[in-house]
Amino acid sequence: MNANKTRNSALLCTSLLAATAASPLLAEELRLITWGGYAPDEVVAQFEEETGIDVKITLSNNEDMISKLRATGGAGFDLAQPSQDRIVGVQRQFNVYKPIDYSRINTDQLQPSMVKATQEATGLNGKSYGVPAVWGTSGLIVHSSVADTVKDYTDLCDPAVAGKVSYRLKRPTLMGFAFAMGLDPFAAYNDRDEYASIMAKVEDKLIDCKANVKTYWTGGDQLLSLLRTEEVIAAMAWDAGGWKLNAENPEIQFVAPESGALGWIDTFAIPRRSENEDAAYKWINFVMQPEIAAKITNASGNFTASKGADEFVKADLRDAYRASFDEQAITNIKWYPPVPPGLEATEGQVLDRVQAAN
Amino acid sequence: MKSSASRLSLWLLLTPFLLWIVLLVLVPHIQMLRVSFQVRESWDTLAWGLEQYQNFFTESYYWRTFVRTGVMSLFTTFLTLLVAFPIAWYIAKMARGRSKGVLFLACLIPFWASELVRTYGWMILLRESGLFSSWLQALGWADGPVEMLYNDVAVIIGLVYNGLLFMVVPLVTTLDGMDENLVEAGYDLGGGHATVLREVVVPWAMPGIVSGCIVVFMLTLGSYLTPVLMGGKDSAWFTEQIFTQFITRFNWEQGAALGVLLLVLSSVMVWLGLKLSGQSLRKVMG
Repeated sequence: MNANKTRNSALLCTSLLAATAASPLLAEELRLITWGGYAPDEVVAQFEEETGIDVKITLSNNEDMISKLRATGGAGFDLAQPSQDRIVGVQRQFNVYKPIDYSRINTDQLQPSMVKATQEATGLNGKSYGVPAVWGTSGLIVHSSVADTVKDYTDLCDPAVAGKVSYRLKRPTLMGFAFAMGLDPFAAYNDRDEYASIMAKVEDKLIDCKANVKTYWTGGDQLLSLLRTEEVIAAMAWDAGGWKLNAENPEIQFVAPESGALGWIDTFAIPRRSENEDAAYKWINFVMQPEIAAKITNASGNFTASKGADEFVKADLRDAYRASFDEQAITNIKWYPPVPPGLEATEGQVLDRVQAAN
Repeated sequence: MKSSASRLSLWLLLTPFLLWIVLLVLVPHIQMLRVSFQVRESWDTLAWGLEQYQNFFTESYYWRTFVRTGVMSLFTTFLTLLVAFPIAWYIAKMARGRSKGVLFLACLIPFWASELVRTYGWMILLRESGLFSSWLQALGWADGPVEMLYNDVAVIIGLVYNGLLFMVVPLVTTLDGMDENLVEAGYDLGGGHATVLREVVVPWAMPGIVSGCIVVFMLTLGSYLTPVLMGGKDSAWFTEQIFTQFITRFNWEQGAALGVLLLVLSSVMVWLGLKLSGQSLRKVMG
């Protein structure tokens, strides 16, 4: 008897709980997973005011974004911003995105060359999975006292800067060093053996170079503080960080390396189980308006795919950009092609061995 | 009727605990064990195999990192014990009344901030442009900035600091229960400081020492932030490799295998420690 009664009330409790959970959402919501600086408060506030859609932002990076979407099979977020070279491989392997419906995108306000490049780079089975959003490069951030020594990635191993160097232990470093050593890893992307031999050479170089490194940086803020205090005077890093430091201290500059800066494009991609596609397309069209895109550039330091946004960008940022990139440096940028399957396992082992080497 | 009601209340009381254990501990671990035996053949096909476990033994950097992590954790545990024992002795035996509570609180307060904040605190002190370095220069003991961060010593300092509380608490608890007459009797019978410590105090405190050591060892072995942030370029820590496999490489299979190995090997080390010190888990934890 007693037991029965308890069970009944337990049932009642469960149904009550279910009822509360099923109550309809009051406001429309856009859950965006993106990089720091790509959705400044000002822009979010303006979007919320114009559309009435609530924006929930999760800050992330490429690997974290992919891991999160992989864990849920593409649920949990309505819009993501992975780099374009990391979409096709991930899509084939984990099926976490859905194709972009380009008819819903206002392509008039985007730079046509970038749209074409991204459509090709993110194309799979005749559909494309990305819209270009923000682009930038990685190169060298150098203090003027050693600017004559450090002109390319491999110069970070020069004894003149011993103990005052930092770079990341991630794939951009492998690519940068390979190019600086006169090798072309991108051309070897589809030749597994050739690629492995390039990586072996880079591994030796990085192990030799380890004594020169103060620490492998893991976060942007960590690197900036090392450079600010001049504990590190030469580093491989993103252009935006260099320009930010340049504004604080003109002695520190971003330099495009002789072998070419490495260029990346971050995209908009829609997760497969996005619950609010409409809001996602609205957001894309909203932030790619020139005035809005310029605000993103001012906040993150990176330039966007929006056509005509340059006019609205802060003057000092434009000047820093022009100081780092002349015409020749721009044509020399090495754009990341899509990463084919299996490469990352090879690279991972190289990075592990470098980390463990003494 | 009565027994069924009491059985029901027993089950109801146990439910939160069972849910916790089954959903948050057992199921994820079984899942991890399953993933660790999967081998990714190509994009979308999987097979069963031991490849990930083989990798651990054939790629020397995996097991070398593991050995390094284990040895450094043991050393950290030992140092923590050396630092914590006098503190615990003072709190349990010398301090009286209010100062006892205050001292205990002083040990506790750093743990109101998260591990990340504590680690950054140490980084501010130890870095080249940090406090210690500038003091040394001001005192004229160093000519230029001194880098004390990004090496194994810094990692061990951070880890000892993080483990201290978990060593002090069990030690204070066991030492509190010791009759001071025992120590006095030891001296009366002609023992010196060392003899009394070895023959009376340490045997009494053994359960506290062992349980403190187990907790600190496990915490150290499984810590992630301190070695990564303070160790810099040489910070090869095993948990870091697991994190890298899962998050950076998307290689869940390898990450899961490393995770299982960490669990098994650390359990073996704790079991060995118990055997060697002649303690049983029941005595230590009870």
